Amino acid sequence: MNLDFSPEDLAFREEVRAFIAENYPASLRAVQEEGEEMAKEDFLSWHRILAKKGWVAPAWPTEYGGPGWSSVQRYIWSEELARADAVPILPFGINMVGPVIYTFGTPEQKQRFLPPTLTGDIWWSQGYSEPGAGSDLASLKTKAERFTGDDGKEYYLVNGQKTWTTLAQHGDWIFCLVRTDPNAKIQEGISFLLIDMKSPGVTVRPIITLGGEHEVNEVWFENVKVPVENRIYEENKGWTCAKFLLAHERSGIAGVARSKRGIERIRQIAAEELADDGNPLIQDPLFRRKIAELEIDLTALEFTELRTLASEHAGKGPGPESSVLKIKGTEIQQRITELVLEASGNYGAPYFRGFPKEGGNALPIGPDHARRAAPTYFNVRKTSIYGGSNEIQRNIIAKMVLGL
Amino acid sequence: MDFNFSEEQSMLRDTIASYLQDKYDFETRRKIVSSESGWRADYWKAFAEELGILGASFSEELGGLGGGALDNMIVMEEFGKALVIEPYLGTVIIGGGFLKHSGHTDAADHIASIVAGETTIAFAYAEAQGRYTLSDLKTTAKKDGSGWVLNGHKAVVVGAPFASHLIVTARTGGSQREASGVSVFLVDKHAKGVTTRDYPTVDGGRASEVYFDNVSIPADALIGAEGAGLPLVEKVVDEATAAVCAEGVGVMRKLHEGTLDYAKQRKQFGTAISNFQVLQHRMVDMFIELEQSVSMTYMATLKLGESDAERAKAVSSAKVRIGRALKFCGQSAIQIHGGMGMTDELAIGHYFKRGTIIEGLFGSVDHHLTRYERLSFDKAA
Ligand SMILES: Cc1cc2nc3c(=O)[nH]c(=O)nc-3n(C[C@H](O)[C@H](O)[C@H](O)COP(=O)(O)OP(=O)(O)OC[C@H]3O[C@@H](n4cnc5c(N)ncnc54)[C@H](O)[C@@H]3O)c2cc1C
Ligand SMILES: Cc1cc2nc3c(=O)[nH]c(=O)nc-3n(C[C@H](O)[C@H](O)[C@H](O)COP(=O)(O)OP(=O)(O)OC[C@H]3O[C@@H](n4cnc5c(N)ncnc54)[C@H](O)[C@@H]3O)c2cc1C
Repeated sequence: MNLDFSPEDLAFREEVRAFIAENYPASLRAVQEEGEEMAKEDFLSWHRILAKKGWVAPAWPTEYGGPGWSSVQRYIWSEELARADAVPILPFGINMVGPVIYTFGTPEQKQRFLPPTLTGDIWWSQGYSEPGAGSDLASLKTKAERFTGDDGKEYYLVNGQKTWTTLAQHGDWIFCLVRTDPNAKIQEGISFLLIDMKSPGVTVRPIITLGGEHEVNEVWFENVKVPVENRIYEENKGWTCAKFLLAHERSGIAGVARSKRGIERIRQIAAEELADDGNPLIQDPLFRRKIAELEIDLTALEFTELRTLASEHAGKGPGPESSVLKIKGTEIQQRITELVLEASGNYGAPYFRGFPKEGGNALPIGPDHARRAAPTYFNVRKTSIYGGSNEIQRNIIAKMVLGL
Repeated sequence: MDFNFSEEQSMLRDTIASYLQDKYDFETRRKIVSSESGWRADYWKAFAEELGILGASFSEELGGLGGGALDNMIVMEEFGKALVIEPYLGTVIIGGGFLKHSGHTDAADHIASIVAGETTIAFAYAEAQGRYTLSDLKTTAKKDGSGWVLNGHKAVVVGAPFASHLIVTARTGGSQREASGVSVFLVDKHAKGVTTRDYPTVDGGRASEVYFDNVSIPADALIGAEGAGLPLVEKVVDEATAAVCAEGVGVMRKLHEGTLDYAKQRKQFGTAISNFQVLQHRMVDMFIELEQSVSMTYMATLKLGESDAERAKAVSSAKVRIGRALKFCGQSAIQIHGGMGMTDELAIGHYFKRGTIIEGLFGSVDHHLTRYERLSFDKAA
């Protein structure tokens, strides 16, 4: 056992750091700092730069376009991205459906979907949840019935509703769990379908969340015709793909590198803000205690993640242990937003989305870090709910790890 | 010992509760919050004239109904339950509080105007650099003939867009953070040299940055003693803090009630999610937090008339408890609602937002914990 990075790893760090410094668009930095909702193009421009370099999908096997990095290199990469406050690469294509396609797809499906997923030409949405099926995902009701089209080809006719679909307003394709056999046991009879969102009968409606964002949507399917060749893996065996995907989703969710950056930011903010006694907040014993506790908890998470990475490297896929990372990672992300809001004091209250109104006075109010403090605090409550709520993660550990 | 409400107090509660239930449902409140003005002046008139609640906490000599802090507690709890935006706290509790404690010669007239719903007041006390320290003031009032000239910038003045008047703290002497040299003024918001930048707040309220640029104010704008206003400020802010605790209790009741209702009707895995023990225990913990908060609010409200140190300790301990309880209950309510809790559409998130703002209002948990420690350990000094 040792904690040192090899000289090769250190050289790798220099290389990626230099690449980010030279290639990360300054315009994106401005958008991030303004704290405004990002446009589709904002997400995609960085994605495309990385795709060109061959670095957009660090975990993919080289044969499908991955860079062939070790888990340590991937870890360094995510640290450097966070350090640069880079716009995140959306997980739906790269971390979720991509691995499902290269693991379970046919050669034709791989060829058709993997390259545009890498280049960003397909924006993927995740169509798992339904109004009646959240934590109890297997109770989903969206139906897909097989029929033969006038052209003699086989299709599914899809009817139903998905909800909480993140950024589906930009979506090109959506990967869905649909019920293909209503008479089977609930986890059987589900299939994994890729649906072109421009198909007739697909409607996307916005849901506005607590911080005022349009981040999630309802997606309705009314008699949507989907070619059978868009089904991944066997009919009625979609649950296998679903579970595989969820484990991948969870392992990315710890967000250690970003939380490290978040704590650095809190230190900066606390150095700028003044405490009640007029000294910098960073000297306030109660506040610095909270930062210290957070850092220690993050270190514990980091080393737990490194251990998981090491065992993944040794050939084991992400197992139920990834639930540990999900629970602790999201709790830490939430505590970071709590501290930013706390540090902002009275200036945490002003609300800026869409304000000042047209013709109004455009001067900012309060310090920059305070502007998004409260909306971010509200928004990040989602992390213990989505990706399998933290209660569900604890149930998984109880059952799968502890055998209860 | 008696923790029961008098008949008048029970009536006050019922009157407000039924009025708000009829006229201030969540959809109405949503419309108020997103309207151009951000409040309902006609409701304010109704509070004054139909309900008579604006006078409930003033003595009969001052034209009120003879109640006091407990009446404010009742009003604020009900306002918390309905997420009322209109400025009872700033006008009646803070504005009225300053006037009634100050012995100002025109106090009775001003209060009559508050009770009638004509004067509305916002409290301009915090400054950009001062966090929660009431004496940290760069705003100055300089003697000018018989009156004063006011200069400075006040941060996040809640309710200022709806106010006819401002209560302003300013230095008439001393250095920036000194206890002495603090004075309090009642200023016409439309006086020459007062400018505001109005904006919404995350909990649906409105606030302003208020700038005073050589604002001339008359001699009788001074409330309380010149240069010795800090004890008065602390007393009124303690009263306001106790009132905000009561509002927090109202918010928490709805967070708890809404969560129980939702958990009983939301089905997953073929059963109501209220059947999962982990959620039951969390809702039990919310209940415990709520009950403890009610107790602390009663305690603090009943001790508002004690010595300065006793009062301050009581209020700070209540604010610590309620700040923590609001965070726990708000976060739990969202968590148990799952995705629905994250939506703007459901009321529950709006209670969470108001609760979050109350957590920091007039001092965070850390602020009040520190104040409590100082008062309880440094007494001998
Ligand atoms: C911002 C956001 C983005 C999302 N993005 C997507 C997306 O892109 N695609 C997608 O498909 N979905 C998405 N989701 C949906 C997300 O996966 C679900 O919200 C989540 O699975 C929880 O389901 P639910 O909201 O129906 O809550 P419920 O399942 O109704 O849960 C409510 C509460 O009950 C608890 N609970 C439920 N069952 C149990 C149990 N057995 N034991 C103990 N406690 C339990 C939960 O933990 C939660 O606290 C998103 C959600 C959010 C909030
Ligand atoms: C110091 C001491 C003094 C005592 N004195 C007396 C005495 O004078 N007279 C007397 O009659 N008894 C006495 N007791 C016994 C005491 O009442 C029992 O220990 C108690 O009722 C718990 O029972 P148990 O020890 O069998 O634990 P169990 O009932 O086996 O419980 C074990 C754990 O499971 C939990 N648990 C059990 N059921 C549930 C459930 N439905 N949901 C969730 N969690 C659950 C418990 O909370 C506990 O954490 C004493 C015990 C102690 C430790």
